[in-house]
Amino acid sequence: MSVSREALENEFDKPPFFKRLSSYDWVWAVLVVVGTLYAFTYYREWMDVYEEVILLGAGIGLVAFGWLWKPMRLFSVAVALLSLAGILLYGDDLARNESSFFLKYLISGQTAIMWMSASFIMATLAYYFSLATGSRFSGKVGTSLTWVAVVMGTVGLMVRWRETHLSGPDMGYIPVSNLYEVFVMFAVMTAMMYLHYERSFRNRAMGAFVLTVISAAVAFLLWYSFTRGAHEIQPLVPALQSWWMKIHVPANFIGYGGFAIASMMGIAYLLAERRPQGMLARRLPSLDEMDDMMYRAIALGFAFFTLATILGAMWAAEAWGGYWSWDPKETWALIVWLNYAAWLHMRLTKGWRGGVLAWWAIIGLFITLFAFLGVNMFLSGLHSYGSL
Amino acid sequence: MTEQQRQKPRHSFGSVLLEFLGSMNLAITLLMVIAVASVIGTVLQQNEPYNNYVMKFGPFWFEVYRTLGLYQVYSATWFLILLGFLLISTSVCVYRNTPSIIRDMRQFRLDVQAKSLRSFHHQDEWETSVPAQQALQSVNTRLKKLGYRSRIKSHDGHTVLAGMKGRSGRLGYIFSHVSIVVICLGGLLDGNIGLKIGELRGNIAVETRDLPINQVPAESLLAANSTSFRGSVNIPEGARANFVFLGMRDGYLVQELPFTIELEDFRIEHYPSGQPKSYESTLIIHDDELDEPLRKVIAVNHPLIYKDHAIYQASFADGGSKLDIAAWSMDHPGVDPLPIRAEVGSNVQLNTPRGPYMLELIDFKRFNVFPNEDAGSDGVDSSPYRNFGASVIFKMRAADGEAREYINYQSPVLLDGRYFYLTGVRENTNEDYRYMHIPLDEKGRVDRFMEMLAMARNPDVLERIARRQAENDPSLSEDAGMQDQFAVAAASLVRVFIERGIDAVVEQTERLVPEGERSSVLTSYIGIIQGVLGTIYLDMLAADGHDMSEISEQQANFFDDFFTAASLIAPYGSPLYLELKQFEHVEASGLQITKAPGQNIVYFGSAMLMLGLLLMFYVHHRRLWLMVSEKNGKTEILFAASGHRQRSDFDREFDFLKDDLRRVTGATPTQSE
Repeated sequence: MSVSREALENEFDKPPFFKRLSSYDWVWAVLVVVGTLYAFTYYREWMDVYEEVILLGAGIGLVAFGWLWKPMRLFSVAVALLSLAGILLYGDDLARNESSFFLKYLISGQTAIMWMSASFIMATLAYYFSLATGSRFSGKVGTSLTWVAVVMGTVGLMVRWRETHLSGPDMGYIPVSNLYEVFVMFAVMTAMMYLHYERSFRNRAMGAFVLTVISAAVAFLLWYSFTRGAHEIQPLVPALQSWWMKIHVPANFIGYGGFAIASMMGIAYLLAERRPQGMLARRLPSLDEMDDMMYRAIALGFAFFTLATILGAMWAAEAWGGYWSWDPKETWALIVWLNYAAWLHMRLTKGWRGGVLAWWAIIGLFITLFAFLGVNMFLSGLHSYGSL
Repeated sequence: MTEQQRQKPRHSFGSVLLEFLGSMNLAITLLMVIAVASVIGTVLQQNEPYNNYVMKFGPFWFEVYRTLGLYQVYSATWFLILLGFLLISTSVCVYRNTPSIIRDMRQFRLDVQAKSLRSFHHQDEWETSVPAQQALQSVNTRLKKLGYRSRIKSHDGHTVLAGMKGRSGRLGYIFSHVSIVVICLGGLLDGNIGLKIGELRGNIAVETRDLPINQVPAESLLAANSTSFRGSVNIPEGARANFVFLGMRDGYLVQELPFTIELEDFRIEHYPSGQPKSYESTLIIHDDELDEPLRKVIAVNHPLIYKDHAIYQASFADGGSKLDIAAWSMDHPGVDPLPIRAEVGSNVQLNTPRGPYMLELIDFKRFNVFPNEDAGSDGVDSSPYRNFGASVIFKMRAADGEAREYINYQSPVLLDGRYFYLTGVRENTNEDYRYMHIPLDEKGRVDRFMEMLAMARNPDVLERIARRQAENDPSLSEDAGMQDQFAVAAASLVRVFIERGIDAVVEQTERLVPEGERSSVLTSYIGIIQGVLGTIYLDMLAADGHDMSEISEQQANFFDDFFTAASLIAPYGSPLYLELKQFEHVEASGLQITKAPGQNIVYFGSAMLMLGLLLMFYVHHRRLWLMVSEKNGKTEILFAASGHRQRSDFDREFDFLKDDLRRVTGATPTQSE
């Protein structure tokens, strides 16, 4: 492998972590600390001790995240500025989303999410064009549009958070509480994970594959919003009014995102493997790299999915009176978990690589999809708030 | 297992069994089989009343599925055996692999042979003019900086430096697998295996009858010292309970508690849409061990933990609201209504002209908020939701056991500017209610409707009016015979309409009239019925002293509404109309009470699982060796390394180490001859 000596040194012979931080990193840390302190003093009255811990954890996590993955800094600043603008424009009146130009056409929750959807679809097209023609420029456009989409999606959720509070007394909730909101989060999280991989593998050809699954999610989101009015803000049932929501759901969606990326890598792998000299094989990363990426995505997904399931069990113990009730959603979470556990055993212990695991990762996505959507559509149970 | 055993396996039954149980193939098969088996319980709704299953599958398949335990898959013996196998398989795996992993983590393998190092995938050989000691020294310093731990051992003629990094990654395997065992054991402790054994031994029997608590037989009663359980109980406001019900298959068991719970107060808040916003209960725990009763508020997501028991706010229900009901006879609507005072949840025996009926009061709701579909229409405000007030749900069960379910609203409902009482009926609980709108008089009461109905049911009145109709009908001229015939037919038509409904009138037309003329005959029949009933209505208004020269629109509407409602009395099917007069709302709090000593074990296992996964995925055990020897004034270095479970990443790290360590020792690659 032709990797420069400097690159290797950067990777293995690093100075201590803190010495590697630039002055921007410290400005970033100060910004996050100030923001966290502001939120803490201003909103403390409405938070219980768990929410305070979550806020603190979110602050520390964000600083660390920005240090470890530099683009996170600019991303967060952009999201913060746009979200704050949206919140300020709203003031205390939900009806301003009709009268204020910026809210109506740019950054009200629903509008921002529509911008996200449009950007994702355009990004997908750009990535496809780049894959087909080898145009580097088009690939860069794809990356930029994906960034725009994740910013708008996150802003949409942030502003929507405020909108829930404006919808009525005691209505406010974190917008990761129904199927519509979690679809937005799925698209955003998966895209961010992809952007991370794109940077570390220095290859944009995978964008076409990963953005395909995101576009599918966006298509569903649009259908769900336009035909079912899913974007309308409904109050939460008492069982969902808990701080557990704030950690259980996002953890779950990192898991789903990882599994989705792995399955798309599986497809890319199989296509590239069929024609070793073909156009795809030339533009995509090597088979070994894609295999490795598939493993990484599943490992990350599996770790977070496990965490989410554990958190879910703890929440269930508090809300439903038992940490495990064999509720259809719980059971399907277990099925997904068992499936990927078997996958990991095959790879780590049996030493399997390549094609079979790629097929398995693709099938895994369907199992995951059923756990995520199918359970709500076809089965009844305690997770019934996400019904179609 | 020791090294020797591995080399020379004894083929005894025990070792073969151990081999089988610890095999990766069995483990993966189990993972997949359990996944597939779990699907069953999500597709087939679990723990439903057995009657539903009989209806769904028919008696034959019902019995087959019951035998397979499919209605409670997750506590079926075969499913538990599968889980047991997973537990054993994982344990054997851990038992077999842990010793060698720990050895691997601890031993630097300083006695390694040059031959085996040369067989490594990652190996390289150099030579340098720097003396061996000095080269080792520099390598050692450099490795420390890169985070490697190292050991040095001198042998005959050569020295070995062995280093390793990230050995805790190997703990990932141990933690993650032990954690599965821990979680399963914790879950087992909280499962109902004890009850299953009790049932097999005959100490415990599931009760299927609906009995008052003090009549539940001893074998369905579990003493307060059970290790674990999960049950529920509804406590009405002001009442107490020292037990919970454990749902078991088609029945239940009663689990006693070591304390008594009193529900002092239940509170619920609603969103404007009528959805519950929050609900909470003030509980008082009575326990001899307490100096004074413990008063605590619990809410959804905020349980109370007392004496290893967790008490959850799970649901709410009617706790036996006291209802004042006026029962109007549909057969003798002129008679004063029968006052009934009863509690929700109780049954009242009633004697009606159609035989004895059992009134079963099922549920009461204080509010019924629905989306306001009539917003802005006559007299209805424009808010997005509309409260239809209190309602009572009940069943009327005839002597033959057949029953229909009814829902009656207490408050008059404004529709198209007129007030009605709403009452709905359905044969099955999975159907929608079909509503009858009973029009109210100017005083907002049901009296006029009942009075009208009484007149229409009175044969004397019918005959008189019908005869008058006939006499006034110009088409019948003055033929007494025709008039007689007409009067009898008209009276009979009205009777059929009132007693058997509009469908019976249609049916009669179909029976007696040739097909071609049916629709015109039916129209004239309905005209006759309306004529007779209309005359009755006008007579009634006149008798009440109304100015008959002008009939108001309201009065006209009342007749139309009466006619519509009267046409539905037959399909309504109840001998009585129950008017809900007053209520005293009593709520009950639905509590779920669990004792789960395994919970903390499961949580501990979960934490261990997370730690294990992170170590396994993100910490990699890497080892390296440098064999240094001096020959002909030159120092020869043999470098070899291995990365556990990571090929591609380690390729790059090895490349880096190779260059880096060669640089610090000032070495050059050995020229292979």
